[in-house]
Amino acid sequence: MTTQAEAPPKHPIVRLADFVVGLPMGFVRGVGQHARLLFQAAAWAVRPPYRVRLLIEQAEFIGVESVPIIALTGFFSGAVIALQGVYAFRLVQAERFVGTALGLTLTRELGPVFTCLMITARAASGMATELGSMRITEQIDAITAFAVNPVQYLVTPRLLAGTIMAPLLTMVFNLTGIFGGYMAAVVIENVDPAQFFYTLRWYTDPTDVFQGLFKAMVFGLTLTLVGCFQGFFASGGAKGVGIATTRAVVISSVLILCLDYFLGDILLAVLSK
Amino acid sequence: MTLESDEIEITTGEYDPERRLGAEDPTQRHERWQVRVVRLHKSFDDHQVLRGVDLDIERGRINMIIGGSGQGKSVLMKHLMGLLKPDSGHIYVDGIDVVPMNEYELNEIRKKFGLVFQYAALFDSMTVEENVIFPLVEHTKLGRQEMLELAYDMLGKLNVPEHGRKFPAQLSGGQRKRVALARALVLKPEILLYDEPTTGLDPIQTKVADDMIKETADSFGVTSVVISHDMASVFRIGDRISMLADGVIVATGTRSEILHSRSHYLREFVETSGAVRFEDTSP
Repeated sequence: MTTQAEAPPKHPIVRLADFVVGLPMGFVRGVGQHARLLFQAAAWAVRPPYRVRLLIEQAEFIGVESVPIIALTGFFSGAVIALQGVYAFRLVQAERFVGTALGLTLTRELGPVFTCLMITARAASGMATELGSMRITEQIDAITAFAVNPVQYLVTPRLLAGTIMAPLLTMVFNLTGIFGGYMAAVVIENVDPAQFFYTLRWYTDPTDVFQGLFKAMVFGLTLTLVGCFQGFFASGGAKGVGIATTRAVVISSVLILCLDYFLGDILLAVLSK
Repeated sequence: MTLESDEIEITTGEYDPERRLGAEDPTQRHERWQVRVVRLHKSFDDHQVLRGVDLDIERGRINMIIGGSGQGKSVLMKHLMGLLKPDSGHIYVDGIDVVPMNEYELNEIRKKFGLVFQYAALFDSMTVEENVIFPLVEHTKLGRQEMLELAYDMLGKLNVPEHGRKFPAQLSGGQRKRVALARALVLKPEILLYDEPTTGLDPIQTKVADDMIKETADSFGVTSVVISHDMASVFRIGDRISMLADGVIVATGTRSEILHSRSHYLREFVETSGAVRFEDTSP
């Protein structure tokens, strides 16, 4: 009922100062808010009631239902790496090393990164949309009203499922990628199959596979956290849900690529000792 | 528009914070008042929504809260069951202040409440029967068959037993509200909150919703708190009516007391609806 007078326009220098100070402050606030949600979800994970059925449902949504798309992208990613590898190595008559290039590239980098980008596109966006819709239609308030903690009910199962399923899907990506690479290099480009597998096995260590799976685990946790956060705190009706979904995909994708570099750096330093 | 102090008329005196409680100790369970709100303030950023709300909710009766759009009625209701934390003030439920409670303690208090949301807020990924048994799954150790029997019993009482296997999207607005009421009632709450239950309903459906609230209050003996804009509904079923304006309760009383009010704002608000005529109280 009270009509509030509009604030006078700010001086350009004040606006610039707001922007300069606001940008890092916003970043720090965002990190803090995500960390808080992660902490709450982790705290609720160890308190009863344990929501195994919800965890299985989310594992099915994030993991099982993503297998076809992961297998398809894995197959063609492996095939194109092998194809380009054969042409590059053929210049120095070393096509047999295409197996090495394929194994190392897939297990260390492309496997976890591509897999988690695909999960982001499919599952993180879905989570943001679903939780955002639940927020604006007061379904999250309804959960609270029935004396159920919404973080435990909605966020914890998703975070656990994302963290568990991302490495498993990465293994699916790696296997179908190697199969795709085999088809491109051996069946189409006539690389010797024995040499293909020999160089693949000889140069690709278990630590390379472990490195990729560890990255996938971190990426899986990150993308589900961002997807849940954006949806859980969505506001502003249908438009707000759309914005939350877009943010979930963009922030998750950028974080996966940034984290990939830093994790790669750390893991190479640790594992090479 | 801001209310001037001379427009605020004390209808019964009970909502006046200085005189309402008097020597009473709000931390003691009161026979008449089940919920007591004392000097409740709430702001969102710079916008002050509640500016010191004082309100008593009468046990076992239908308590209506009226007021214009954006006056903070839903915000007040969400405070009653701890969905929002106030900036200051107290909310006593059976003499227990819920404001300082943590989530664990609040969850125990919330079990006393049932809440019917404005647009039902049914879980759209669940069927109707799964929606209704949700509180039972969470808070009882009953077997699934027993839960379903209770759910269908409740759906039957509310005349929607045939929709158990449907999803909320397949129901009409009125049916969704009945299912939401069944879900709210299945744990047998002591206090039932309705957030604008007749919004979006045609006049016949509105009458049906009013009857449903009245029957529920009579049959189950629950304390009802109903937020409404619909003056016909308010005066048809409300035992006690309180008006929220500009972040405070400006009038409260029985239907008759409200109809004798001299508050200019209250009279204008109620009479504009055309549903109710005031008694002439001019001196």
